[in-house]
Amino acid sequence: MYGSVSTHDIPAQASTGLENEDPQLLAEFEARIARGEKIEPDDYMPALYRKQLIRMIEQHAHSEIIGSLPEGTWITRAPGFRRKMAQMAKVQDEVGHAQLLYSAAETLGKSREEMLTDLITGKSKYSNVFNYPTPTWADSNVISWLIDAGAIVNQMANARGSYGPYCRALERICAEESFHLKYGHDAVVHMATGTPVQRRMMQEALNRWWPPIMTFFGPADKASQHTEILMRWKVKMASNDDCRQQFLDMYVPKILEIGLTIPDPNLRKNEETGKWEYTEPDWEELRRVINGDGPCNQERLAVRRAAEENGAWVRRALQAKRQAPKAVRPLA
Amino acid sequence: MIDPKKDLLYRLADDQLILGHRNSEWNGLGPILEEDIAFSSMAQDKLGHALQLYSLLHELGEAEPDTVAFTRNAGQFHCCQLVELPIGDYAFSLMRHFLFDHAELLRFEALTASSYEPLAQVARKLKGELKYHVLHANTWIRQLGTSTDEAIEKLQAALDLTLPYALALFEKTEAEPAIIAEGIFIGEDALRQQWLENISRVLSQTALELPDVTTISPVEGGRHGVHTEFLQPLLDEMAEVFRLDPTADW
Repeated sequence: MYGSVSTHDIPAQASTGLENEDPQLLAEFEARIARGEKIEPDDYMPALYRKQLIRMIEQHAHSEIIGSLPEGTWITRAPGFRRKMAQMAKVQDEVGHAQLLYSAAETLGKSREEMLTDLITGKSKYSNVFNYPTPTWADSNVISWLIDAGAIVNQMANARGSYGPYCRALERICAEESFHLKYGHDAVVHMATGTPVQRRMMQEALNRWWPPIMTFFGPADKASQHTEILMRWKVKMASNDDCRQQFLDMYVPKILEIGLTIPDPNLRKNEETGKWEYTEPDWEELRRVINGDGPCNQERLAVRRAAEENGAWVRRALQAKRQAPKAVRPLA
Repeated sequence: MIDPKKDLLYRLADDQLILGHRNSEWNGLGPILEEDIAFSSMAQDKLGHALQLYSLLHELGEAEPDTVAFTRNAGQFHCCQLVELPIGDYAFSLMRHFLFDHAELLRFEALTASSYEPLAQVARKLKGELKYHVLHANTWIRQLGTSTDEAIEKLQAALDLTLPYALALFEKTEAEPAIIAEGIFIGEDALRQQWLENISRVLSQTALELPDVTTISPVEGGRHGVHTEFLQPLLDEMAEVFRLDPTADW
């Protein structure tokens, strides 16, 4: 599950470094992308392309493992066999996506261990939306439906990008996410059309999640030299605003259809422009939460850090075996 | 006197449900992502097994699987205490998985010949999945049990800790003579013997030492509704949402 964290953490005026690239190789590279060819790990690629892709795929992978936590806490409390098993399978898929994505990023030269270290030290980011709490079962359902829906919008766009391993990972991921969407929708519909207790829980959860959903795709893109290059190289495939509009087009009617209300009095589709209008999201809050000051940032990273620390002996043991494959006693 | 079929089914199903629940707690916490995924797969299998076994109980007149699983209190559970202990560190969970699933595989292999045909049918399906659980456990026990001193020490400590609980997997109930006499199951003593042989064989390929089981008293009681302090909180957590509105369809 991944939205745009932001492509803006490289200052717009920073050097692209393109003056250091071989002009002929660079021209061939751009021509291949323009023809719709995929770039593979051993192919030439500009340093900026490699750097941006590592950052993007890594952030996506982190979003999957951190994203498994808010829903994961409801596995042990999911009501009934059917939900309990489905919730486990859904969350397991997210961890599987992280596994796929870390390996796609590793093809660009950064190891999984390095990426996980950067995650727990706060050096690299993950999707901001997972820094919000899931106080009830209904919150978990809202994530399964609407956050996964948002992620699909974003990932379907990125699956048409230029880097082969990332695109292929995204295709597999989107296929699984579409099941999550059905699962989430089914769970939300059950609650939204259920008993008064369930209906109230679901409406309250949607009210809590609407603002984070609106910021999920990131702020409106600023025109910059970077954005232009990244779009030309098919690293960035759709603008944050386009993704947000597409999401609203697809899901606002579905939310209203099941009797829920959306907590934004200004939300409406402008029939002339064909665009959704809405209360401007609190971008200052988004910036604050991305930079570590959200309701659950510390908790999410603490869980990840504890997992890394508690499991270190296992990884050391595996590493030792790889380096010195000797059994204490013969295996047979 | 309880129906011997129900007596056996409750023990089997409760073990699967509670260990499945515990295994699912590894989400986000595994030492490597692949183990998060593996423990989740096994948890899903175990929940599925529990559901099939509770469904057999339902056919015998007990309540719906959801009601049976989500509304009983600890004193009404028949799982062994091994499965209800908290997940601890990875060494503990791995060792519990190793000791438990070796017994489960043998148990369900034997149950394929049960005179109680619906259970024999379920056992034929389950044993195929349990084979992979045992393969997973053996792989890790062999890997880590022949690696660093640190890993070997942790696994040995986990083995010493879990073994008294694991030996109580084979705690008998009053229905045992009838279960054997009616050909429903081969019985706990026969199972225990085969299990000891199998785990000894794997452990002998590692630096781990199996303690002398004749000197260990099994931590029994689970089959008779006597549980550790850890089971009731687990059940409360499991039923937290289910109980919010018992009339609801979730």
